[in-house]
Amino acid sequence: MDRNDKKSASNKANQGNDLATIRKKQLEWEEKLKQSEASLPPRPVKFTTLSDMEVPLLSTPVDLHNDGFDYLKDLGFPGEYPYTRGVQRNMYRGKLWTMRQFAGFASAAETNQRFKLLLEHGQTGLSTAFDMPTLMGLDADSPRSKGEVGKCGVAVSSLEDMEELFKGIPLGEVTTSMTINAPAIVILAMYFAVAEKQGVPKQKVRGTLQNDILKEYIAQKEWIYPIEPAVKLVIDTIEYTTQHYANWNSVSISGYHIREAGATAVQELAFTLADGLGYVDESLKRGMTIDEFAPRLSFFFDVHNDFFEEIAKFRAARRIWARIMREKYQAKDPKSWMLRTHAQTAGVSLTAQQPYNNIVRVAVQAMAGILGGTNSLHTNSMDETLALPTDEAVMIALRTQQIIAEESGVANVIDPFGGSYFMETLTNRVEREALNYIQKIDEMGGIIKSIEKGFPQTEIANSAYHFQRQLEIQEKVMVGVNKYQAKESVRKMETLYIDRKVEKQQIERLVELRRKRPAQAHQQALNRVKDAAINGTNLMEPILEAVKAYATLQEICDTMKTVYGEYRESGSF
Amino acid sequence: MITSANEKKIRVLVAKPGLDGHDRGAKVIARALRDAGFEVIYTGLHQTPEMIVNAAIEEDVQVVGLSILSGAHNALVPEIIDGIKKEGLMDTLFVVGGIIPAEDIPSLKSLGVHMVFTPGASLQDVVDYIRTHSPARS
Repeated sequence: MDRNDKKSASNKANQGNDLATIRKKQLEWEEKLKQSEASLPPRPVKFTTLSDMEVPLLSTPVDLHNDGFDYLKDLGFPGEYPYTRGVQRNMYRGKLWTMRQFAGFASAAETNQRFKLLLEHGQTGLSTAFDMPTLMGLDADSPRSKGEVGKCGVAVSSLEDMEELFKGIPLGEVTTSMTINAPAIVILAMYFAVAEKQGVPKQKVRGTLQNDILKEYIAQKEWIYPIEPAVKLVIDTIEYTTQHYANWNSVSISGYHIREAGATAVQELAFTLADGLGYVDESLKRGMTIDEFAPRLSFFFDVHNDFFEEIAKFRAARRIWARIMREKYQAKDPKSWMLRTHAQTAGVSLTAQQPYNNIVRVAVQAMAGILGGTNSLHTNSMDETLALPTDEAVMIALRTQQIIAEESGVANVIDPFGGSYFMETLTNRVEREALNYIQKIDEMGGIIKSIEKGFPQTEIANSAYHFQRQLEIQEKVMVGVNKYQAKESVRKMETLYIDRKVEKQQIERLVELRRKRPAQAHQQALNRVKDAAINGTNLMEPILEAVKAYATLQEICDTMKTVYGEYRESGSF
Repeated sequence: MITSANEKKIRVLVAKPGLDGHDRGAKVIARALRDAGFEVIYTGLHQTPEMIVNAAIEEDVQVVGLSILSGAHNALVPEIIDGIKKEGLMDTLFVVGGIIPAEDIPSLKSLGVHMVFTPGASLQDVVDYIRTHSPARS
């Protein structure tokens, strides 16, 4: 009540009678609307966002007023608390978002070529996709890796592969993002080892490790260890990079996979922020102070089809994070308040049917991400629902970003939707609903407990099923799939084919490595990894030694497995 | 959907072979089949071919649905089909769903896969196909 009273008092000065007049005029307009709709009724569809939120036909200053909108408190200025309008003062005038295309396939040598191609064409950061065995901490020659080597990303089984992957790329001059989670600590050690061999000073090593294990249990499902030791490894990397690699982003707290698994925009936002708070709590328990590590936490969100909902999501994300960091955690460094984020267009929105349409979807989604103020962006290639992208498809995706940046004019102005009656009320609504989820998770005892109870997993599965049912009855439309289908529309496209040869060659490389590496050194290093795992000390140093001794990814991960055990999920659906 | 008491429910195993963790499709399909009145068993993630063969035998299913989005289908699917057939369940209906390039579909079919559903397939089509084609078991 207080808040509203104050609000109306302050609004009176500048709006006063205006609001009353607007209300009156709006009622009159609504009467006329009824008459118009008698002859031209609304189309027989549900007017909802992609996540099924009701959308008003029209928003006015009355809605803003009812929401208690307060410019300075709710938006403020760019680069300033609560960062609703963006984290940089001059946003894209100072620096365009980083155009960062995710790449990785087949062997390290082939991915190295793709990286160089992207850099030559104006890409400004690297982003590495690893294959399934690597994501699961398995070497290429494990029986469980059969058929998977190099398929969904690049195979990295040892430091030798990592050296090959970044050969000829000066690591002091690029920023590298690595999408890896369960074995992230090992891959990070390999990257640091390569940078060290190149002679790059530690403060010049820049990049981001995804390293977000919580969302693996929630959505992406590439895990190794039970939750508790897995989170401990994440905190080890946060602690180590905080001390030694000041410009490394230790965790990229990811909503992307949560959304792709079927979450709504609100669920994506809520579960991602809750994961972030989980890492904050665990890092504090380790004895770090909030301002030591929070500035290096970064985020990664999906940008889906619903234009306004997505923009609102990015704006709400920054505001919620800033407020929680400052008010609840008492962070003092503004960098701890800032939610810096990467974004990727929605893989699930792409269709195998009439695949060229995907170029348009990606452009619209990219535009939403940019208008939402993302700091970095990956645009999907049109063929990614069929296979990994071809060079040509990747180039169109990159050009899409360049066209938006250089031709559309959107990068000239900051947060152009700020102040929009609809956008502000939508941002408020997304924020409120996300905070409700975050509170619910809090009441369950935090994100780890809620994952153990299966709460986010079930919520996401319910949303995924709900959406699929909506598609079945055309309550939601996917052009070319459940409406406007065309005959012979599918798969008239060259796709990238990963030869089984890659697997054979990768296995041969590994056999050769095992033969030629000094026999004792890696075994001793592995023993130290095991000791550290048993003693509960930080594993980063021993793992660094192990990778430098050319112990393989799986040897290191299996060593920890003997101490930590393995995670198992029930087959509920 | 309601099935009459004396009509035996069709038993379906929904399985996720390989390392890929994309279980959205498998779970949505499992729910849809359950809602359509089938008896559905879902294996959970990261199953080896051997684990899937064992589950199919133990659960005595008529239908095996394999969900693969990682590109490992050519390596994994034949092992599963051969394993189940070796156990004598010759009439099992094999359905594959996921990201399967068009050029791989004929070879999968020649290896014993009855139907491949790719992105955009409707739940109703999957339900109808299984209802029409699943073998009778006493």
